[in-house]
Amino acid sequence: MPDLGQYAGPVLAAYGVGILLLAVLTGLSLTRSSVAKKQLQDLEDRRRKNG
Amino acid sequence: MSLWEYANPNRFMRLTDKVLPYLVVVTALFMGVGLFWGFFLTPDDYKQGSTVKIIFLHVPAAMMAINIWVMMLVTSLVWLIRRHHVSALAAKAAAPIGITMTLIALFTGAIWGQPMWGTYWAWDPRLTSFMILFVFYLGYIALWAAIEDPDTAGDLTSILCLVGSVFALLSRYAVNFWNQGLHQGASLSLDKEEHVDSAFSTPLYVCIIGFVLFFITLVLLRTRTEIRLRRASALLARERQG
Amino acid sequence: MIALLKRDLALALRSGGGFGLSLAFFLIVVMFVPFGVGPETSILSKIAPGILWIGALLSCLLSLDRIFQLDFEDGSLDLLATSPLPLEGIVAMKATAHWLTTGLPLTLAAPFLGFLLNLPGPAYLWIFLSLLVGTPALSFLGTFGAAITVGLKRGGLLLSLLVLPLYIPTLIFGAQSVTLVADGLDNTTAFLVLAAVSLLTFALIPFVAARALKVNLR
Repeated sequence: MPDLGQYAGPVLAAYGVGILLLAVLTGLSLTRSSVAKKQLQDLEDRRRKNG
Repeated sequence: MSLWEYANPNRFMRLTDKVLPYLVVVTALFMGVGLFWGFFLTPDDYKQGSTVKIIFLHVPAAMMAINIWVMMLVTSLVWLIRRHHVSALAAKAAAPIGITMTLIALFTGAIWGQPMWGTYWAWDPRLTSFMILFVFYLGYIALWAAIEDPDTAGDLTSILCLVGSVFALLSRYAVNFWNQGLHQGASLSLDKEEHVDSAFSTPLYVCIIGFVLFFITLVLLRTRTEIRLRRASALLARERQG
Repeated sequence: MIALLKRDLALALRSGGGFGLSLAFFLIVVMFVPFGVGPETSILSKIAPGILWIGALLSCLLSLDRIFQLDFEDGSLDLLATSPLPLEGIVAMKATAHWLTTGLPLTLAAPFLGFLLNLPGPAYLWIFLSLLVGTPALSFLGTFGAAITVGLKRGGLLLSLLVLPLYIPTLIFGAQSVTLVADGLDNTTAFLVLAAVSLLTFALIPFVAARALKVNLR
């Protein structure tokens, strides 16, 4: 950890918030993607079975 | 609704299938190197101390917040004129990324503001403009969520994006007038990029590229999701009919 | 098209069509300000232009969803859209009707309400003029929002979320037109830009709102 001096609080808070928001966005996007993928897969399998 | 209207989306899915893994790697590289460099390897600014490190998140996020809206404007126009479904869905996919970037810019700006200005929030024209941009994003996302038919939703949100863009620009001018009109010459700008030392500017560029790549990767992923969701609802509709 | 305007005016004035409601709401909002911030006249005097503008703006919102809703529900909007009248003209007439029944009364009421808020002397003329010039923009932008949300069942709140950000330039330049005068400064730029924004909405909104209506009527 570099010596952040008196501003350690703000700097770490800023990086914390920034990285957290990016992580949440990425996580939600990935989850949504896999849910959609599975849903489509199931529907296409059902369609193939029922002809 | 014929499934073959997705001819364009099929090509999109195939292309992104191939490209996405590489994009993820390059994104992680640039983001990782840029932020690591900025956080660990840069000196303190003689005026701002170590808070200058916040620039590596704040500036790229702010740039993306605006550029993503511009991208949404362009893709909305493409949808309205050329009716490419992928375009409409790409705009829909981009908005949550844009609003997140706006939030990052706002939060990092406020946190930076506390030690620099002595206050978490100031109605500085730049911060205020981002607050307004946040509300425009909110309206756009809310409209997509409120309309069931995807084509109608695409049309109405595109029109909203058009009008919103005009008024977002007007608001920018208005806010500059509104704050500067009272406090002439108060330069509260945190982005003194005119004489940014290369010790800072190089990792900054890396971070900016990283954020751009992050957006491209994520918007492609999210657009694929939207395409899948749309196909799924088409299949569901077919099941119910037959 | 004048006939259409007259019809909308008659409708708004007749069946409790919100005509008095906007004025009452304006009064109540203005009354609330001293309750909220305290009765100290020096403070009220300073914020009066802004409060009057915000009050007028919010009061405008109330009757926006009415602009197309009734016609949409009973099918007359379809008839209007397929009539030889250009839909853009119809939008303009609807927006004008809204202004005549909402914006204009608010504009006329504002100086009287300014009295309650200790509006500084020179500002009285300008609160009237700025609202006169700015409220048409509010009506036209509101009509755009109404066109976008006409198909939705609970569109009211969403309508506000979509329209309020569009009001920001008009609000800022309108309120500034008054505040600058109250502070003894020159308000020419603010007032001219306010007028320019309104003119822009007259030119732009009919086309985009008509497009949105066509989408919703499909």
